[in-house]
Amino acid sequence: MAMAPISPPHAMGSNRTRTIMLQVLGATLPGVALLTWFFGWGTLINILLASCFALVIEALILHLRKRPVMFFLNDGSALVTAWLLALALPPYSPWWLVLVATGFAMVFGKHLYGGLGQNPFNPAMLGYAVVLVSFPVEMTSWPVWRGIEELQPALTPTLGLLEGLQRVFIPGSLPADGWATATALDVVRNNSALTMAELRATEPALGGMAGRAWEWVSLAWLAGGLFLLYKRIYSWHAPVGMLGALALMSLLFWNGDGSASNGSPLFHLLGGATMLGAFFIVTDPVSSATSPRGRLVFGAGVGVLVYVIRVWGNYPDAVAFAVLLMNLCAPTIDYYTAPRTYGHARATRGMGKGQSERH
Amino acid sequence: MTAQIRIHDIPGGIHPPENKAQSTTRGVEQPPLPARLILPLLQHIGVPAEPVVKVGDHVLKGQLLATAQGRFSCALHAPTSGTIAEIGPAPYPHVSGLHEPAIVLDSDGEDRWVELEPIADYRALDHVTLVEKLAAAGISGMGGAGFPTATKLLSRPDHRIETLIINGAECEPYITADDMTMRHYPAQVVTGIEILMHVLTPEQVLIGIEDNKPEAIAAMREAAQHNPTIRVVPIPTKYPSGGEKQLIQILTGREVPSGGLPADIGVLCQNTGTALAVHDAVMLGRPLISRVVTLTGGALERPTNVQALIGTPISELLAFAGLQRERLHRLVLGGPMMGFTVDPQAPIIKTSNCLLAATEQELPTPPPALPCIRCGLCAEACPAQLLPQQLHWFALGKDYPQLQRYNLFDCIECGACAYVCPSSIPLVQYFRAGKGEIRAIEQQHTKAEQSRVRYEQRLERLQREAEQRERDRQARAEKAARAKAAREAREAQEQQTGAATEPDLARVKARIPTLSPEQKQLKIAAATARMALQKAQKQLNANPDNSDLQAQVVQLEQAHAEAQQAFEQATSQEDT
Ligand code: SF4
Ligand code: SF4
Repeated sequence: MAMAPISPPHAMGSNRTRTIMLQVLGATLPGVALLTWFFGWGTLINILLASCFALVIEALILHLRKRPVMFFLNDGSALVTAWLLALALPPYSPWWLVLVATGFAMVFGKHLYGGLGQNPFNPAMLGYAVVLVSFPVEMTSWPVWRGIEELQPALTPTLGLLEGLQRVFIPGSLPADGWATATALDVVRNNSALTMAELRATEPALGGMAGRAWEWVSLAWLAGGLFLLYKRIYSWHAPVGMLGALALMSLLFWNGDGSASNGSPLFHLLGGATMLGAFFIVTDPVSSATSPRGRLVFGAGVGVLVYVIRVWGNYPDAVAFAVLLMNLCAPTIDYYTAPRTYGHARATRGMGKGQSERH
Repeated sequence: MTAQIRIHDIPGGIHPPENKAQSTTRGVEQPPLPARLILPLLQHIGVPAEPVVKVGDHVLKGQLLATAQGRFSCALHAPTSGTIAEIGPAPYPHVSGLHEPAIVLDSDGEDRWVELEPIADYRALDHVTLVEKLAAAGISGMGGAGFPTATKLLSRPDHRIETLIINGAECEPYITADDMTMRHYPAQVVTGIEILMHVLTPEQVLIGIEDNKPEAIAAMREAAQHNPTIRVVPIPTKYPSGGEKQLIQILTGREVPSGGLPADIGVLCQNTGTALAVHDAVMLGRPLISRVVTLTGGALERPTNVQALIGTPISELLAFAGLQRERLHRLVLGGPMMGFTVDPQAPIIKTSNCLLAATEQELPTPPPALPCIRCGLCAEACPAQLLPQQLHWFALGKDYPQLQRYNLFDCIECGACAYVCPSSIPLVQYFRAGKGEIRAIEQQHTKAEQSRVRYEQRLERLQREAEQRERDRQARAEKAARAKAAREAREAQEQQTGAATEPDLARVKARIPTLSPEQKQLKIAAATARMALQKAQKQLNANPDNSDLQAQVVQLEQAHAEAQQAFEQATSQEDT
């Protein structure tokens, strides 16, 4: 009888890190599909490029760190980072942009800190922030979406595969005008003369709620997020914290539809990367707070910061910076949100090393 | 039945596959009488029992074999009649596989009882006598760790027990021993409970049973319906609702204070199996010599429950249930969540509730652990509201203060965290190791502290003795001097009457080395320092590698040199 003494529990649940990662990837599919519908092949090319770069870089680093390469590659975490990054970048980002972003995410975001589970920052957001700061032009030129030509004949969306590949691999080979445009967040930010209604009339990008294509894509992220919640991949705390705080902020500071409008709550909830952030970024367990209560605080912090940066900061969208800032705060949040242990009158909170209070 | 008992939810918890149905179809069977029984002297928490029989003695079924050694010990009786074959180390059901002291009994096949002394009317007895009867029957908790029941009943005489909780939750997968006990012996269990009530006089008795055991709930309700104080409370099925602390929380909404006992909040928990044993001890006069054990797992042809004699070798029970050796992958005593792997040579003891002979599919070898991704699933599953991922992190770094700060010692080792961990991290193993290391360090501290105190006391005593000797010597010297002076004076007087005696006496006195009180003190100090130094040097010779001792010797050398110097200075100053 081969019976090595094994520590209890002997039974194991069916949770596996790899399965979790794959489910996260699966949950992005509706959003990926809609992005592709609206913007053409760009999103898929992004994903493909980022995935290849991420896997190769991960394998290289694991090899250098003398870790079992296949064992860790298999956990799927590198793929998740790559996908989320690829989804955050504008479709048809030049290949080198993807490479730089992925490289930063993997090397500085993950392995410099010791690999999976050790990184204080969300690797995808770190990579994103680095290229956003370094290459603002490329990062803010979102291609126009399918259907815009009917509203604004001067613009043509890039829908062909060949055309798309050309944009990615030989940047500058196609005319720069007429295919990229400002996002809805940009438009509202830069507007100071028109009321929201007038703005909506002149800028088709605004759409009905938060930017024509974006509102649909956002709803797709929401659907994916609900699936993950249903699957109990993560708890509701971080997404609810972020969306709740963002809604509250945009309600408090909503100054109507005048020319100085900050945008309605709906605009903020469905605009930009809010939904992607709420269901795929702040839910990254590694760089978030630990306890459910901590995650609620973490998410709320991100929500507040997103609004602050969007409205009063220098960047039109802010999820990446907000997440990175809150990553910095996560350990502190952990200290102050530890749950109260069974049999203890109070939770041990704060930074001290003292013993916890007993009943 | 009066008002509904409010059920409180516990945080966390998991729903592993129950796997209980396979072992409940055959009732409680009687396995064949084993030829040889192994009866470890320690089957409970506490001090081993002391044998009162010799090798070669013939004993009857139910006869006392070993007596309890104090309150934290438990008597042991012969499960059948036969001859004592050995008293010494024998296989023991523990994960280490180490042998432990035991009485080995060869059965004579007659299974002949000693004369039993049932109690006709327990209500006529006071609770001390009843508790003594339970202690004499060798009953210890049959669900958990095996705390001697009599001691538990008396544990807090200053606390009133308001609520007696009977734990029939049996939340671990596979195990059905309590379920079958309640289904097949409901009247006896209720009588056992009533005996406990007579001892404790609680205001209410709550029998907590998970709602996946409808037959047991019905049987217990039926058996207890004559007694309005006893209430059967179905609770939601969720692991680990049967943990003592968790069941108390579910049924009363209260928490046992950290480091305290349920009695601190007026609650006492007993297991259904224990209630049955109490019934047998009082109503039938039978000591605890057998128990219901679940035999289950995919490697058994006919999973079942048996009324097994304590001390029956595990291998014989497995054979009774049709063990298929080639399918056996892991043999666990207890359930799949908190049980431990055992050797089939070992016997079952009073706390053994289940033997799980699992196949590879049932309990596969865990995959290698991945890094923690801080997903927080463990924290969500933890019924004690701990942060297992943080504890794991600190256990890896051996950061004991942080482990304690994060309440490691409130972990009940239920394994819910490890069960849900997607990275397959053996969290419980880390927590046990951490607890063990912290305990060891604390013990070392107490030991070091004790020996420091002892050492200081010894130094003091040596110093006192040295001072005393010095005083005695001085006294003797002075006395001698005085006597001599007197004699000389007398002689002088006799020789030349009226001659001056004073100068002589002064001269004599001057010859005796007298020391001022400070000098004396310095001299004593120097002597003490020398003694301490010599002792430390001796110790150091015995343990040359002890760096503490090395440091001590250096210090003592210095102290001695200083003391000696001070003394010499003091005396030389006097001389000049
Ligand atoms: S369940 Fe496992 S991987 Fe997840 S946080 Fe806990 S220890 Fe880490
Ligand atoms: S084993 Fe300890 S830490 Fe893990 S879930 Fe149970 S009580 Fe919590």
